[in-house]
Parts: sequence; structure tokens; C-alpha cells
Amino acid sequence: MTAAAWGPLWLTLELAAITTLLLMLIATPLAWWLANTQSSAKSAAQAIVALPIVLPPTVMGFYLLILLGPAGGIGRWWVEITGEALTFSFLGLVIASCVYSLPFAVQPLQAAFESLGRREIEAARTLGATRLDAFFSVAAPMSRHGFVNAIVLSFAHTLGEFGVVLMVGGNIPGETRVISIAIYDQVESLDYAAAHATSALLLVIAFVMLLAMYVLNRRLAK
Amino acid sequence: MTTRPDTLSLCYALDHGQFRLELDAELPMCGITGIFGESGAGKTTLLRCVAGLERPATGRLAVAGEVWEDTAHGTCLPVHQRRVGYVFQEPRLFPHINVRRNLDYGRRRADGKSVDFDHVVGLLGIGGLLERMPGALSGGEAQRVAIARALLRAPKLLLMDEPLASLDERRKQALLPYFDRLHAELDIPVLYVSHSLDEVCRLCDTLVVLGGGAIRACGPIATVLADIDNPAVDAGMSILHGTVTAYDRHYDLSTVQLAAGQIRVAGSYGIDSRLRLLIRSADVSVCREQPSQTSILNILPVRIDAIAEGNASTAQLRLAAGPDHLIAKITRRSCTELKLGVGDRMYAQIKSVAVRGAAFPASVSGVADEAVV
Repeated sequence: MTAAAWGPLWLTLELAAITTLLLMLIATPLAWWLANTQSSAKSAAQAIVALPIVLPPTVMGFYLLILLGPAGGIGRWWVEITGEALTFSFLGLVIASCVYSLPFAVQPLQAAFESLGRREIEAARTLGATRLDAFFSVAAPMSRHGFVNAIVLSFAHTLGEFGVVLMVGGNIPGETRVISIAIYDQVESLDYAAAHATSALLLVIAFVMLLAMYVLNRRLAK
Repeated sequence: MTTRPDTLSLCYALDHGQFRLELDAELPMCGITGIFGESGAGKTTLLRCVAGLERPATGRLAVAGEVWEDTAHGTCLPVHQRRVGYVFQEPRLFPHINVRRNLDYGRRRADGKSVDFDHVVGLLGIGGLLERMPGALSGGEAQRVAIARALLRAPKLLLMDEPLASLDERRKQALLPYFDRLHAELDIPVLYVSHSLDEVCRLCDTLVVLGGGAIRACGPIATVLADIDNPAVDAGMSILHGTVTAYDRHYDLSTVQLAAGQIRVAGSYGIDSRLRLLIRSADVSVCREQPSQTSILNILPVRIDAIAEGNASTAQLRLAAGPDHLIAKITRRSCTELKLGVGDRMYAQIKSVAVRGAAFPASVSGVADEAVV
């Protein structure tokens, strides 16, 4: 594989890692709220979170482009503060990826929190733990499999993202040229050998990650 | 509503649609207080309110002089600041950490208050389980660990919600002696929820009878059981307290001295130990003359204190035996034929085998259960 192929790979891994990290911070409280709330807003919130699963990436990408672009709400605000555009930048990609991969982080966590129930949490509370303490000392470790699933799925899903990246990020080497875009380029320029190599690499990474997830889940279940 | 240091004072009203709870009680901050009632009576809800896991619409709770909740003044101590030990129906151990770390969980959050770890572990016989994971424990072992975990939190008040309900009969019997030991050796007041009259009669000093979300009876257990006019308290049981004075090895019978006479109980108990005798009302009969040729060993001179006609065929007599009360359940026909009336002096016959002793361990023999707390 050429050195040109490694650039997009590292960029992709960086994007996936940052996105996954941010998603864990966003999705954990969101999933906890969804798992425990009696609020009537729950169904609407769940539907919004699940939208990226059913919408074509181009639709997601289109709206994100509008929103993040210099004329859009978030984009304009960003330009005013920093003087730089969010679209066609790495940061824009991170934001878009977080939105796009949100359900893959929220849903496994929500399922884990729901199956956990209130029993052990209540026990922890009566033993002197604050809500936050009970979450970190009891709920989170008891939901390990949910976190493993959420991390692997958000990471892998961000890794394979294409449509949204193309719409929001474009194809700037070193900035927004992720591996799926690189493969598209290679095919377009009829460089099938490079496309083979890059695709195979992505295939192996995805398989190894999913395999690790299922193996780890079996271990945790014991 | 008082905030006396020796009182648990609670007053709750809550409405969960189908279910309402409305009660106002002052309970002693000592010994075991049984909360008895059928399922749906509000027992668990009451405990959850005390622990702060459930919020009453209006209510006030003062534990040993400290106000934990007062909705009128917007006071509500969060769950983790209420010093309760809660033993749930199921053990609710944390499955991801071993027994020792489960026990440490509440201990490390006890704000410097501490209970002797080795003492509690010894009391519940879990010394050999410390390095095990909760998944590898039997039901009885797990519940013992859960009780130890609650005790090591150094609680002001121990809340037990049918801690024996999830166990089979054999395990239940195996666990009961541990409760006797806790009762005798620890100075922590307990609210003990149960729908088993047997457990309540064996363990509790004070009894609260709940029905339909309200208190139907409340007081020292022997007094509540003796209240034959209260339809909510159809225990069919009375409790007497006595001191073991002798043991006849040949017949395996212990003699128990009561205020009004002697009773013989099967089995051996430490001389001078205090016994609680549970006597089923159906096992008590009355005669006008002192019976002589009878297989029944236990005959006490009594006076009829009250008569309550239960249903079409039965009547209950409350018999005063000195300061103690004994309940006899007889047919209404016998009651009429013997022309029984309040104030009549009678002889009560009690089958020896029906008398059960709830003995405290030998190490604390001689200590009256009232004095233990």
C-alpha cells in the first residue's frame, strides 16, 4: 500500500476515535435519561435519535451542510467566533459524525440501562451513594457490555461513513479525506489495485472490531 | 408529632391512583417493629418512604429526634443521607464485585461511623464467603451477605422488607436463628415487613398491622395479639414471656415460669434464659374445675377478660393469666353451654407441644428481650 493510502486511514481512525469519545460523553446521559424517564417527550427523543439509521446519508449530510455552512445557524456563529468555516473542515466532520453515529451509541447503552433496572441502584443509594456515585460504582460497571457495544458500533460506523462526509467534508487530503472517500477516488480513477488494498484493510479492521466486541460480550456475560 | 430521641415518628399520605397510604404512628426506636399485613396493604411502600426511595405527597418523618422529611417545610433528606440499612426481598448484591467489596460499599460511605466488621461477619456466619462473587452464593448466603452489608453501613434504623420471602422453607428456618442473634446482640431498631404471622410473632416486639393503606392496630406485640375485638388482628396466637427454671432430661421438657404459673415446653433451653412462648388459640381450652386426669401438662388459673364472637361457630376468649393474656378459640356452642361470662375464674389447658420457645443464644441467656434493645 502506498503512503498516500495511510494518510486517509490515520485521518479516519482519528475521526472515529474522537467521535466515539465525544459520543460516549453525550450518549451516556442521554441514554440514561431515555432508560429512566416517564416523560412524554421520550418517544419523540427516541425517534430523533434513530433518524440517522433510516435517513439516506445524503439527506443527513445535506441538512448538516446547511446547518454548519457559513449561512447556517451553527456555521455562522462559528465563523463569527473563529473566523473559520465549519464545513469542509475536520471539526465539521467530527460534528457530522457525532450526529450520524448517535443512535449507534445511544441504543446499546439505553438497552443496557433498561435491563439493569432500579434494584441495585436503589441498594447503592440506601448504602450512602449519591446518584452520580451509584452510577459510576454500580450502574456503569454492571452495564459494561452496553458500553463495549456502544464504543465498537460508533467507532466502526464512523469508520465506514461516506455520504455524510462527502456532503459536509468534501475531499481535502489531510483534513477531510477519509478512507471511504479515498476508496471512491481510487475506483473513480480506475486504480483497482489500490482500491482492493484499501477496501480489504477496512474490511479486516471492521471484522476484527466486531469480532472483538462479540468475544468480549461473551466473556462479560459469564 | 414528636421528635423525641427514642421515637420513630411518621405521618404519611400518598396516592398512587389505585393505591393510597395514609398513616400516622409513633414507634419505639428500639427492638424489632413488625409491619404486618396482606400483600397490597402498603407495607413495602411504607419502608420505601422511610428510606426516601418513594416520595409521599405529604408527610413527616422524624427518626430519633432528627427530621428526615417534612413536606410542609420542604425538608427532604436524600436517600444517601438517611442512615438506613435496607434489606430488600432479594439480596440485590452488586454482581460485579466480590462479597468483601459488597460489604465495604456501605462501610466506606458511612461517614466515619463504623461497626465492627469481624463482629458482623461472625454474627452472620459469612467469614468463608468474603472472596466469592455474589453469583456463586446460595439464596440464603446471599441474603446473609445483604444483611451484613446493610448493618456495616452503621444505620440508625434497619429496614427489612420480607427478607425471608425469597427463600424456601428450609433456608428460612436456617436463617431465623441469625435474626434472633441480631435481635439479641445489636442495638439497632428494625422495621420488619412481613406477611407471615409466624415470623412476626417470633421476632417482633412491637406490631403494626396495616390494611388497605392504613394502620389497623399498633402496639406491643402481646397487647396487639390480645386485642380480640379488632377484626384486623385475627392472629389466632398469643404470646407469653417466661423464664426457664428447670429441664427434665428424661422427658426432654423445660419448665418455664410465668407470672401466673408454670408451663412446660418441649426441648432444652438454658436455665434462667427468657423465652417467648407462642401459643395457638386453637390449642387452648378452658374448664371451670381444675382438671386432674388429663394428658395436658399445662394448666393455668385464668380469669375471662373479654369474649368476642368471631363468626357463626367460633368465639374467642381473652384470658388474663396474671399480667399476661392468653387467647382461646372455642366453639360458640361451648361458650353458651358453659355459660361463660367476663370475670369468670377458669382453668386454661394448653397443649405442651403447641408451646414454642424462641430462645436467645446461651451467651445472652438471662437477658430479657425487652432489656436487650
